[in-house]
Amino acid sequence: MVRASESGDGVEIMVCPGGPRLVRGARHVVDDEGQTFAVHRPVVAVCRCHKSTRLPWCDGTHKLLPPERTP
Amino acid sequence: MWLPLPRGPLSAEIIRRLRGSRDEPRVDVEAHHSADPVTDEDLQLALWVLYELHHRSFDGVDDRWEWDPSLLALRETIERRFETSLRERLEGQVRAAMDTTGDVATRLFALTGAFDGPAVAEHVQRRASREQIAELLVHKSIHQLKEADAYTWVVPRLVPEIKARLMELQLDEYGNGEPARAHQTLFAEALRGAGLDPTYGAYVNDVPAITLAGSNAVSMLGLHRRLRAAALGHLAAVESTSSVPCRRISAGIRRVGLGDEVAHFFDEHVEADAVHEQLAVRGICGALVAAEPGVDAEIMFGALVSLDLEARFGRRLLSAWSDGSQLTLRLDVSEAG
Repeated sequence: MVRASESGDGVEIMVCPGGPRLVRGARHVVDDEGQTFAVHRPVVAVCRCHKSTRLPWCDGTHKLLPPERTP
Repeated sequence: MWLPLPRGPLSAEIIRRLRGSRDEPRVDVEAHHSADPVTDEDLQLALWVLYELHHRSFDGVDDRWEWDPSLLALRETIERRFETSLRERLEGQVRAAMDTTGDVATRLFALTGAFDGPAVAEHVQRRASREQIAELLVHKSIHQLKEADAYTWVVPRLVPEIKARLMELQLDEYGNGEPARAHQTLFAEALRGAGLDPTYGAYVNDVPAITLAGSNAVSMLGLHRRLRAAALGHLAAVESTSSVPCRRISAGIRRVGLGDEVAHFFDEHVEADAVHEQLAVRGICGALVAAEPGVDAEIMFGALVSLDLEARFGRRLLSAWSDGSQLTLRLDVSEAG
């Protein structure tokens, strides 16, 4: 689980069925272990399948998983 | 960029006109027929030159040619053949995509997920030589150096809500206010890092019709308001078939010993396009269907144009490589890279 943080109002979070969580308007995201990642784009896709090679970010790997293992 | 070398009567006539004064008497190009416009060298180069007048054009060519009625009429004739061939070829697949259940996002993800394209990225990841990877960059340079631009033409044709969504995606394409992070700039750096020429249009004489056709399709969809839904469907398909292949290509680049400056463009696309596919499919295409009911089939057509032309390019490229050959026309990539 990753939460968006530290940008106050205006952060919008959308869960994509079978895919990542989109976070709009955040300056950082913080992962389960408390590590902080800076955000450099208007919207970021945060991995929900835990198989990404670029955690915490989505890298599209969820598409390669069998349907029962997609988030 | 200088005007390219002609490949037949159509492109020769256009290039001849562009070299001269706009006031000189015009000669009509005779009717030009080909079995498949997508692989017609003369037709695709002619169209590419005509579209380039709307992009950054050529050294020594009068800017007023962009809106010259005789060239626009010629362009329409060529475009009609190109678009008709794509519509006839993809008609059944558009219908099949429309027959799947779900909303436009579900249909688009189903279409791009199930599309059976050639395994170019897998080949690059595991087996391609350094020269083959350089060749892939040469082909990609035709479009990546103006990547995203044609979709920007769509913006004024949309309702404000979709404009905002599309511009959010485009902002990321153009580097979020930092020119060095713009995807076009990253691709120029990748070319430079591979020992290739990063100049805009440097390789237009070296790539075949199928490479030009992929770029021409985006320009065609972006320039015509009539085709705005297809343009956004094309965008959605490009974005949702990018992250995983780019990760593989990046791995292949590092496997053959090309550096981070070459791989960076692809690394950036792994992450950016995982976002962009969701924005394009759910946000932009989803909102377009809500704003303009009935455009679903056009969105699917645009998506299939992208998938089909990319697949046809990929099959030819892999076929050339499996013969120990290359798809570029004149360039010897073993010396260029």
